[in-house]
Amino acid sequence: MPTIYIDGQAHEVSEGDNLLQAALGLGLDLPYFCWHPAMGSIGACRQCAVLQYQDEDDTRGRIVMGCMTPVTEGARFSLAADRAQAFREDIIESLMLNHPHDCPVCAEGGECHLQDMTVMVGHRDREYQGRKNTHRNQHLGPLIHHEMNRCITCYRCTRYYRDYAGGTDLAAMASHDHVYFGRHEEGVLESEFAGNLVEVCPTGVFTDKSLVHDYTRKWDLQSAPSVCTACSVGCNIMPGERYGKLKRIHNRFNHDVNGYFLCDRGRFGGHFVNSEDRIPAVGKRDGDGRFSAVDADSAVSSIAALLRQGKTIGIGSPRSSVEANYLLRELVGAENYCTGMSAQEGALVQHALQQLEQSQALVPSIRAMESADAVLVLGEDVTNTAPRIALALRQSVRNKAYAMAADLRLEAWQDAAIRNLAQDQRSPLSVLSVAATRLDDVASHTAQLCPDDIARVGFAIAAELEGALPAVDLGAELAELAKTIADTLRSADIPLVVSGTGCGHSGILDASAAIARALTGPDRPAQLSFCLAECNSLGAALVADGAGMGLEEVLELAAQDGIDNLLILENDLFRRTSCSKADSLFQAAGNVVLLDTLTTPTCDNADWVLPTSSFAETEGTLISQEGRAQRHFPVFNSVAPIRENWRWLLDIGHCAEVATCKSMVHFDDVTTSCANTIKTLFGICAAAPAASSVPAADKVPRQTHRFSGRTAMRANISVHEPRQPTDEESPLSFTMEGHSAEHNGALLPYVWSPGWNSNQSLHKYQSAVGGALQGGTAGTRLIEPGDIDAAQESSGSTAPALNAGEYRLVPLYRIFGSEEMSVRAPAVAQLCRPAGLEMPASVAAELGVSNGDGVTLTATTGNVDLEVTINDSLAANCVGYSHGVSGTGGLVPGSATKLCRAENWQRAPELIGTDRGATTA
Amino acid sequence: MSALINALSTRELAEIDDEISHAPYRSAVAIDALKIVQAHRGWVSDESIKALATYLEMSAAELDSIATFYNLIYRRPVGDKVILFCDSVSCWIRGCAKLEQHIGDRLGIKRGETTADNRYTLLPVPCLGACDKAPVMMVGDDLHENLTADSIDAILADDSTSRGEHD
Ligand code: SF4
Ligand code: SF4
Ligand code: FES
Ligand code: FES
Repeated sequence: MPTIYIDGQAHEVSEGDNLLQAALGLGLDLPYFCWHPAMGSIGACRQCAVLQYQDEDDTRGRIVMGCMTPVTEGARFSLAADRAQAFREDIIESLMLNHPHDCPVCAEGGECHLQDMTVMVGHRDREYQGRKNTHRNQHLGPLIHHEMNRCITCYRCTRYYRDYAGGTDLAAMASHDHVYFGRHEEGVLESEFAGNLVEVCPTGVFTDKSLVHDYTRKWDLQSAPSVCTACSVGCNIMPGERYGKLKRIHNRFNHDVNGYFLCDRGRFGGHFVNSEDRIPAVGKRDGDGRFSAVDADSAVSSIAALLRQGKTIGIGSPRSSVEANYLLRELVGAENYCTGMSAQEGALVQHALQQLEQSQALVPSIRAMESADAVLVLGEDVTNTAPRIALALRQSVRNKAYAMAADLRLEAWQDAAIRNLAQDQRSPLSVLSVAATRLDDVASHTAQLCPDDIARVGFAIAAELEGALPAVDLGAELAELAKTIADTLRSADIPLVVSGTGCGHSGILDASAAIARALTGPDRPAQLSFCLAECNSLGAALVADGAGMGLEEVLELAAQDGIDNLLILENDLFRRTSCSKADSLFQAAGNVVLLDTLTTPTCDNADWVLPTSSFAETEGTLISQEGRAQRHFPVFNSVAPIRENWRWLLDIGHCAEVATCKSMVHFDDVTTSCANTIKTLFGICAAAPAASSVPAADKVPRQTHRFSGRTAMRANISVHEPRQPTDEESPLSFTMEGHSAEHNGALLPYVWSPGWNSNQSLHKYQSAVGGALQGGTAGTRLIEPGDIDAAQESSGSTAPALNAGEYRLVPLYRIFGSEEMSVRAPAVAQLCRPAGLEMPASVAAELGVSNGDGVTLTATTGNVDLEVTINDSLAANCVGYSHGVSGTGGLVPGSATKLCRAENWQRAPELIGTDRGATTA
Repeated sequence: MSALINALSTRELAEIDDEISHAPYRSAVAIDALKIVQAHRGWVSDESIKALATYLEMSAAELDSIATFYNLIYRRPVGDKVILFCDSVSCWIRGCAKLEQHIGDRLGIKRGETTADNRYTLLPVPCLGACDKAPVMMVGDDLHENLTADSIDAILADDSTSRGEHD
């Protein structure tokens, strides 16, 4: 720990930091723009200038850039010297020459780093009299708004977009005083992580389009700590609300999970909360088949009465919280609880869970994945199934560069120098997938294979690592590939295997576990990570506690003896099974009770519908694919009669006098009861502090200290200000008063610090700049490496053989389209395409079809017509359907299918002229 | 992809291929390739950027960021000849401002503009490296030194006759 002197004061700082980091860490305010804790320094903006003195006798000093200056023992600096201050003020003045001063109409205003830095340097009066350059803005798609005039040319956007996230369609154009950050031509930004530009850009150039169009200033937003529900990664988010509407989602820093970045599905997909498809009332279907609104309490007692009468099957949901699934299980009895997944998927998740629990390999956090120096992705299209992991793997390949830098004693934050040094040398990343993936550009080895072959190569890699003979005969080329990949993993310090349930193939999970087992040694912490389908896939599987029916079993049961009541928790069965099967289930069931947030086809088949709060209006615990239990809290209360899922179920339980429900009143009671009942969920209470752990006066305020209009915002309805709602269920309050510093890390509703109004104030909440939150990292890990790692029996091949004229049906995923709820956010919906079938040109030739034609797919569950897209990267004999997109619910991953040209197929009209401009929203 | 590559002529492609044969990777010849396209077409269009980017295995945005960085890669159509008129220190001291006015009056254009007959585009340039003979300008590939209003008239007259011969 070197000692440095800043303005005469001695400070101990961390070895290897630069002065900017050190100063911020000491709580000193040193302005900056281009430096970013996750992207390091390039010294471009010159804003962090300080004076450095040669020695004690040097009184003049020289200007250096804080972000480019390592802290060394005895180094002497001044932040406060006149010369340094004047320099920083001049820099702001020059950066602002072309700035339009349009803060009042800028979506960044009030949380703008440029505003903060301008105030911080004390620059007030503009001397510049000349003409300002103006730019034409680009339409960058439905998610991000572009306003180039506000740019201060810090280059953060292109460094993030290209260097960090691997995007290729955003660049710095031109030179001098007319540098322009944009695309070659207008169009949707291609990167799945483009939304982070909103937070990375320190000015209002890139802003959240839906927020721009329905605007609220940060200070007027009510926020709460929440968790993204759009995939199994569980990124931490801070949604903001006003007037009962979700306005935007910002990243909530979690050192181990998402760090500073989200994916666009998560950032923009949450707007389904405002959807017009929200179920507004408690509905009961009349004799004539129409819904009529009924009173909530009478619905609860009627439903409770139903439960008491006959046999009730509860269908849970991998998109509902642990607590809601647990309550459902208690209501219907463990033997009548179904996880809500198909039998195939349920078995896969259970299998994945077992492998993770038994494996001696570490189930890595995202941060741990970034430290891996050799990665194998087996069969999973992570960019589209667990996007944030893809961004992490993109960072892992840079470990080679960091190693080269360390040899030269270059600090990791020397970004430009290290990129220059390493050029395109990367740590090995091997991707075995059914079709080309968006990570292939940084991969060292790629191959597109059918799922069976992926598993077989996986086992061959494991055999190679264990020094055994390959268990499978692969052919020379694949055997060589297996050997090469095994070599990259063997020589790594931290090898990582990423796989998942994406292919619907248990052999791939087994192969991944076998590789991790072969790699794990006493001094080598191998890592094994499985991507799962939904935000609480693991939670639902854990609630089932080793039992838990799949949907097919419920179907069988219904077919055999019928079911009196079906109680469905937030689940659209038409996404999980074919229409015909779902229809027959609904026919066989006496009463169908559905709890859900948005209308779905399942809704049309229910006799009772209870409207539930969205993730933004309720608390719940979710278990991520890392096995991390995380709690989300309501940002705002939903409007009656909408209730939280857990509250409906608990109300029904009380009314039906279900024994376990008796002692439960509050949300935390449910969590505790669940933790005490299900051994593997014992840890979930630690996911976040309970409501009772915080005295009422110290509750964490959801509103900022500058929250305005509280007395006026309802004046159009009534001039009497209602009492602020109280929150008895969480340690947070719906007020602006209260304790807002030093929260537990799981309770951070927003970041804000005096003088630091933007998200850059985060460092004030961190234990070290860029490090964990002072209040601790949110969430608690439930799965740690096991001690016995017994080899599993595995067949390797689980797919039925292909007969002549049959093709292997594989699922293909889309970041925008495959996930149920996010596609109902209007902006995301604009980026979704209808379901289709992708096939290699060879298959298309056999069928006599080309792009845009239709094919009929013969599945066991009925025929489906899909539009053809030729994708020559698909493995031979494989055809890929758009998983999760409406119309593909009954298709079984891995099955053998017959195809023929569709009769009477209408090709979509082709766009001849362009209507660009007409569509720019 | 092939449709885009066809947007480059066989001769352009041959010259670009020649550059590529000396380069470690395709995108390394980006600047030379832009110059080749410009030599053949006078300027570099959006279509050319896309075709070239595909050919050089880089993104259009990356190539465009290079193309727009250099003032002498023209991303908009220019006249048959570009007049690069130096307005840097030495030429400024020697009265280039008046001369620029003179050219403008004669041709009816301001800096950045192209004559109606598409003969000339007038662009300022910071120093042509001939300060000892300031003021200077280039018309097409020819450097003209020690400019005066008269010499400029002569140069332009000359240029149009020589062009007339070729026409
Ligand atoms: S657009 Fe934003 S991030 Fe990019 S250079 Fe300009 S100010 Fe910086
Ligand atoms: S990676 Fe998953 S959890 Fe993270 S923001 Fe994207 S969808 Fe949400
Ligand atoms: S932050 Fe140091 S130069 Fe930009
Ligand atoms: S200043 Fe004109 S040539 Fe150098």
